[in-house]
Amino acid sequence: MIELKNICFTRNNKKILDNINLVLEDEKFYCLTGPNGSGKSTLAKIIMGIEHPDSGNIYLNGVDITDKTIAERANLGIGFAFQEPVRFKGITVFDLLKFATKKNISRNDACTYLSKVGLCALEYVDREVNNSLSGGELKRIEIATVIARNPSVAIFDEPEAGIDLWSFQNLNNVFKELEATYKGVTLVISHQEKILDIADEIILLEQGNIVKKGNKIDMLDTILPSTKCCKKVKYE
Amino acid sequence: MNKVDELLLEEVIGTNLKEADAINIRKNGKSIERKISPYIEIVSKKDKNGIDIYVKDDVKFGIIHIPVIITESGLTDVVYNDFYIGKNSNVIIMAGCGIHNDLHKDSEHDGIHRFFLSENSKVKYVEKHYGEGKGSGKKVLNPTTEIYMKAGSSMNMDSLQIKGVDDTIRITKGELAENTTLVINEKILTNNANKAKSEFYIELNGNGSSTHVTSRSVATEDSYQEFKSNIIGNAKCYAHIECDGILKENGCVKAIPEIFAKNVDANLIHEAAIGKIAGEQLLKLMSLGLNEKEAEDAIIKGFLK
Ligand SMILES: Nc1ncnc2c1ncn2[C@@H]1O[C@H](COP(=O)(O)OP(=O)(O)OP(=O)(O)O)[C@@H](O)[C@H]1O
Ligand SMILES: [Mg+2]
Repeated sequence: MIELKNICFTRNNKKILDNINLVLEDEKFYCLTGPNGSGKSTLAKIIMGIEHPDSGNIYLNGVDITDKTIAERANLGIGFAFQEPVRFKGITVFDLLKFATKKNISRNDACTYLSKVGLCALEYVDREVNNSLSGGELKRIEIATVIARNPSVAIFDEPEAGIDLWSFQNLNNVFKELEATYKGVTLVISHQEKILDIADEIILLEQGNIVKKGNKIDMLDTILPSTKCCKKVKYE
Repeated sequence: MNKVDELLLEEVIGTNLKEADAINIRKNGKSIERKISPYIEIVSKKDKNGIDIYVKDDVKFGIIHIPVIITESGLTDVVYNDFYIGKNSNVIIMAGCGIHNDLHKDSEHDGIHRFFLSENSKVKYVEKHYGEGKGSGKKVLNPTTEIYMKAGSSMNMDSLQIKGVDDTIRITKGELAENTTLVINEKILTNNANKAKSEFYIELNGNGSSTHVTSRSVATEDSYQEFKSNIIGNAKCYAHIECDGILKENGCVKAIPEIFAKNVDANLIHEAAIGKIAGEQLLKLMSLGLNEKEAEDAIIKGFLK
């Protein structure tokens, strides 16, 4: 369980997060959505420890982790897939998966993680995580590194961005599986209806404020364009 | 050979020495072991230190090891090795130098290697430089590599200096005829007050000649590195020079690129990027549970791999 209490984050006189209070429970799948620049990624980075709030506290299963480093939080079970995955020079996909699992995993294990995100595994294990990978490939590898950690709090920042429609279905199944089997908290930042569909709860962030939180039916009129909304209502 | 010798050799060549078709091991200025094959001949030079290596035409796959080890403090060893690679031949050459210096006098090895590649020959050249020892005596290595490439030949050169060399000036020259390819990967890590300079002079003389030089350097503590490249395009040719440097502590890296296109069809590119480890790379690895030091080490290890 993750709890955010009175989180504020201001930069250049702009309130990026304005007194956020939020509880994310185990075994639930949350979707965080909202306009560009509303503070979604910042919120995720504050949970991972990449950004530090100006005030407020973060609790993991009741323990205050506000002053813990990124690595400490990672080792307590928080995992975060970046919106814009990082490229390296010389570090391979296999290396990253080994770091992620903290084990000397076999190539077979590595392949299992890559297949989950729809990559033809053998082709990718030894690739360098550098400029030669396409945006979509990089994004999938990023997701694989987080799934491989089996975190108790898994955060994915726009996982489906840059992934083609065809593969999106499969990726969607990965998240469905997470939703169905996962013991911990899953937080996915997304604008995709398909992901919103899976979510137990949707959180809508606007200008650094949580303006609404609820299940899909509660949220429908707020998020989805009116036409689609009507169609849905008519058919259901 | 004693234990120190064996360990030095292993640092330079690895453990598969015996697999080679031709071998010449040089210790403290003298050849101590030699092996030749019906296709690969090694002859000592008459007029100066060093050897001539002849690879016959059409040798499909040959492995040549010519490591140098120095364990004597205060020795300056200058050696001239010439490689003549026959037409259509394909060989792997492993060279390099390990210095063990426990005393206070400087030890130095200057290897001048010249490669003459005949038409359509192919060479993979791996060179590793390594220094160790507790003494205050410097370990100095100054390799010069000259590469002369006839039409259709190709050469791939990997040079690695990872540890313990106090001073180095490495000079690499290339002259490329038609349809040749020269690929060079250089990796240097310096620490303490090490100084390393690396200079590349490559002339692309033939149509269809190309070169790709990648230099990766990590300068830590109070060390200094300098990278200089001078590439001349005289024909329809392609060159890509990449210099990447990572800085730690007070490390300094200077890159001096010079590219000179003398033909309208020459396409020469130079890229240089020097800076400390990208913050986001550290963040990503830390988010996988590595602490800052582990993340840094992993990034540098990957970079120099
Ligand atoms: N360190 C910072 N310094 C200054 N401004 C920042 C900083 N971090 C974020 N911002 C600003 O805060 C706002 C929220 O950024 P954030 O990345 O959290 O948005 P987002 O909701 O994830 O947007 P998107 O949907 O485009 O990914 C943006 O206006 C951004 O420019
Ligand atoms: Mg974002």
